[in-house]
Amino acid sequence: MRNFEFFEPETIEEASDLLTKYNGTAELLAGGTDLIIEMKARTATPEHVISLEKVPGLTGIDYDEESGLRIGALTKMRRLENDPIIRERYTALAEGAGEVGGVQIRNLATIGGNISHGSPAADTAAPLLALSAQVKIAGADGERTVPIETFFVGPGQTVLKTGEIVTAFECPARSANQGSQYIKQKIREVMDLAFVGVASSATTDNGAVSNVKIGLSAVAPTPLRATDAEAIVNGNSLTTELLQQAAAAASAQSSPISDLRCSAEHRREMVGVLTRRTLQAAVDRAQG
Amino acid sequence: MKKHPVSLTVNTDTYDLLIEPRKTLLATLRDTIGLTGTKEGCSTGDCGACTVIVDGKAVTSCMMLGVSANGKEITTIEGLASRDQLHPIQQAFMDKGGYQCGFCTPGFIVASKAFLDENPNATEAEIRYALGNNICRCTGYTKIIEAVMSAAEVMRNS
Ligand SMILES: Cc1cc2nc3c(=O)[nH]c(=O)nc-3n(C[C@H](O)[C@H](O)[C@H](O)COP(=O)(O)OP(=O)(O)OC[C@H]3O[C@@H](n4cnc5c(N)ncnc54)[C@H](O)[C@@H]3O)c2cc1C
Ligand code: FES
Ligand code: FES
Repeated sequence: MRNFEFFEPETIEEASDLLTKYNGTAELLAGGTDLIIEMKARTATPEHVISLEKVPGLTGIDYDEESGLRIGALTKMRRLENDPIIRERYTALAEGAGEVGGVQIRNLATIGGNISHGSPAADTAAPLLALSAQVKIAGADGERTVPIETFFVGPGQTVLKTGEIVTAFECPARSANQGSQYIKQKIREVMDLAFVGVASSATTDNGAVSNVKIGLSAVAPTPLRATDAEAIVNGNSLTTELLQQAAAAASAQSSPISDLRCSAEHRREMVGVLTRRTLQAAVDRAQG
Repeated sequence: MKKHPVSLTVNTDTYDLLIEPRKTLLATLRDTIGLTGTKEGCSTGDCGACTVIVDGKAVTSCMMLGVSANGKEITTIEGLASRDQLHPIQQAFMDKGGYQCGFCTPGFIVASKAFLDENPNATEAEIRYALGNNICRCTGYTKIIEAVMSAAEVMRNS
């Protein structure tokens, strides 16, 4: 690893100022599980590394029946995976967080790092898309909020501008008639990246399914929502036929590549299969 | 490059160090402090040989900077045994043959300790899952899992 200057700002303004001052030669450090790998490989060679650890208010999970869920950007995957509220109401997110690496990695890795890194295969991306997350961003010009759908721009690219820092993720409050699931398709049981990830969320009301959201990861240049499939299901009751239509629509909306993990054809096929399974599970959980 | 003052507790000793920011916690423990029980396998977070416990949580020390360990409490393999008695997990690895070359062993034992401290009644499936971040090229894992299961029982009964 090349050497660098290390900063531990104690306010978000100070962190943002440092990022702006050293624009182009600075990197933020959260859990380090993406950044340190890149620095060792010298695919990242920052001269200034700005740790977020000492900035107050960036860690933790708060839930309120009115205002909903707030997750600080520095919250560790291991904490998300074990949190009772996340497990019960935002199940897909607990499942996504629990899929990242192994326990030792999840004790370091943060949700903010997972999303800010901009990997199309990030395991919390599809769940956050399905759970209607908003990304809270702080920068020199104050704060802004962007829906997670518009946060990703390309592989490794996000809407974050110079000096901007993700501070939190917010999701609307959820009730007992809402359910969600994330499935990660991978080769090894643990410690493997997704070759397809799908998360679905749904609300049920007397048999009718509404509020359907489907997040896809690892099957396009960015994580994305399967909006065509959502529209097919919304307002209807879930039949085998409808599930098949939704699966086909989700497959069609994906644009996977072939790589050494998996062929594009198989990925596209699996998007359909996992859309069907996660939708069914989301509805079952909403009714259960 | 400017070195940083770092004060950390490893096992029961406190160290006041001056280290380069690029030094990982693993390198800090092995090279600066001289505790070489913690091993470096992959250096990329995959193999778990470098596992240590930081403020109660098992982490891969190759994926953490030494400067990020400032003010923290670290437990390494050297901190598990008491003066004349091995930790039950260490004893169980010996009794059950949970190692061959031994290179992965400190990582497995430290990861198991952190997990069993939080989950004393863990099932075999839970233990296997929790040790998914650790790789062994020799044993085939069966003896490792047997050792951890047996240690868990000893720890529950003591
Ligand atoms: C062995 C191993 C296995 C892994 N397995 C998986 C896996 O299965 N699934 C998966 O999704 N990922 C996996 N990862 C990748 C990584 O662990 C995750 O992406 C993790 O969540 C990154 O978070 P971090 O806090 O460690 O990020 P860091 O490495 O600290 O940061 C990542 C990037 O995001 C930027 N950043 C961090 N926080 C913020 C913020 N708040 N605002 C703006 N920018 C920020 C940093 O500058 C950096 O560029 C794995 C990594 C390793 C080493
Ligand atoms: S050396 Fe750290 S995980 Fe392999
Ligand atoms: S005993 Fe040799 S690697 Fe595990």
